[in-house]
Amino acid sequence: MILQSRWKALVRRWRLGRRATVALPLVWLTLFFLLPFAIVLKISLAEATIAVPPYGPLVEWADSSLHVALNLGNYLFLLSDSLYVAAYWGSIKIAFVATLCCLLLGYPMAYAMARAPARWQLLLLLLVMLPSWTSFLIRVYAWMGILSNSGLLNNLMLGLGMIDSPLRMMNTRFAVIVGIVYAYLPFMVLPLYAHLTRLDNSLLEAAQDLGARKVVAFLKVTLPLSMGGIVAGCMLVFIPAVGEFVIPELLGGPDTLMIGKILWEEFFLNRDWPVAAALAMVMLLLLLVPIVWFHRYQSRELAK
Amino acid sequence: MPRRSSFTTWMLGLGLLFLYLPMAVLVVYSFNSSRLVTVWAGFSTHWYVELFRDQQILSAVWMSLRIAFFAASMAVCLGTVAAFVMTRFGHFRGKTALSSMVTAPLVMPEVITGLSLLLLFVQMAELIGWPADRGMATIWIAHTTFCSAYVAVVVAARLREIDRSVEEAAMDLGSPPLKTFFSITLPVIAPALVAGWLLAFTLSLDDLVIASFVSGPGANTLPMVVFSSVRMGVSPKINALATLIILVVSLATLLAWLLMRRNEIKRRAMADG
Repeated sequence: MILQSRWKALVRRWRLGRRATVALPLVWLTLFFLLPFAIVLKISLAEATIAVPPYGPLVEWADSSLHVALNLGNYLFLLSDSLYVAAYWGSIKIAFVATLCCLLLGYPMAYAMARAPARWQLLLLLLVMLPSWTSFLIRVYAWMGILSNSGLLNNLMLGLGMIDSPLRMMNTRFAVIVGIVYAYLPFMVLPLYAHLTRLDNSLLEAAQDLGARKVVAFLKVTLPLSMGGIVAGCMLVFIPAVGEFVIPELLGGPDTLMIGKILWEEFFLNRDWPVAAALAMVMLLLLLVPIVWFHRYQSRELAK
Repeated sequence: MPRRSSFTTWMLGLGLLFLYLPMAVLVVYSFNSSRLVTVWAGFSTHWYVELFRDQQILSAVWMSLRIAFFAASMAVCLGTVAAFVMTRFGHFRGKTALSSMVTAPLVMPEVITGLSLLLLFVQMAELIGWPADRGMATIWIAHTTFCSAYVAVVVAARLREIDRSVEEAAMDLGSPPLKTFFSITLPVIAPALVAGWLLAFTLSLDDLVIASFVSGPGANTLPMVVFSSVRMGVSPKINALATLIILVVSLATLLAWLLMRRNEIKRRAMADG
């Protein structure tokens, strides 16, 4: 009898502990991750006013009745101004090209790393990671000195006689793409490397024993088996690149419209909080498919 | 397999060259005596002296280090609990919601995270009067939130690898879950916690966009000061700062590599002998 009740108390305590353990991250993330998005949604539907904070209330108690004013004007405004549409399209294009370049450069790198002798792998991994531990901002800044008209690259090419007059590379789309590839390359290499090291070599050997040429074996065995790494790497580069602010601000010019930069300006310079919120909501909507894709992949990895 | 210099090896070399050349340029030009970054005018440590005289940069460094320390510490607590819940608790209500929220900050564009957190803080200030002014506390909350996602992924990877039988044995012998966690699981995953802490620390030190959104006029972190000075144009002082950052990170990485290699050699020796 006594034993039974003690057992019950133990189970109850255990359940309570379990609940408390789940609650800690759940409450924190709900409060500081989920709730903020609800507020962004709310403010994107509000009207801009000249006040502190600069937006109007959604629900108002006036003339002894409740007014709920959902204002879709911010969204319509985004559609009507070609600047915003061009910025969304520009961001997606630049992020896509940069992701493709990262993949084309990163895949062979990861492949060579996975094939390197075991005692080299750790060193190579650290070498790829090291740049991403130094400041992101400073790495982007490094390219300002390299790409500018009187910069290192132009001086070098002029000195070698490859060009007659300096090429305009700074403040172009090219510079932004170089910056994104440079800054995000480690995020592409890491998941690819993780997948390629786990690859079962016997499958490849079997394919070659059965007479598949190297290229065919790669296309039919290695590539499909590393698909998870390709998806993860591409999402890790593409999604943040779409919303990138620092790189277009420092390396881009007036012709490089990117949505992260527009959002920043709308918020800090124009102080139009509702339009900035609407810009963020539409960006989130555009990224929903890749984010869900990445999340599916990641939660499968987490649950494994 | 014989080692040949194949296409992929060349690409690896090329990729590493691409990653390191711009940083090498920064280091070299930090010793340039000319104000013009692209003109070499002789060796000088002038910009380092200037850097250490810059009170604004020094106080921003101190601010960033404190925030990074507290954010990394809290992120390790939250991230570890989240990782433990995801890998050790079977199914429970809200698991999908939790796992979505744990991994989503990894890919969320920074401008969105920053904007949404600021709007939350503004709303909170209106409703409950806190935070009255944004600064260290709000940056700490913001950094903790996105850093714990990275910690969770690192720790979860380690939790999946380790042998669960010891944990189960302890539980069978009557050890309560909490005690089992602290006396068995925690020591085993300690290296992952250290790795997660360091990762969170560097991420917090590095963040510009989110900190810019959630900080008030008085609070400046190092990236914010660097950004405003870089936006004005290229400044040789920043080259000196970059060199110091690269130096610190390289030394830390070298140390980590030596430690890990020693461990590996020890492990191999134990496995052989």
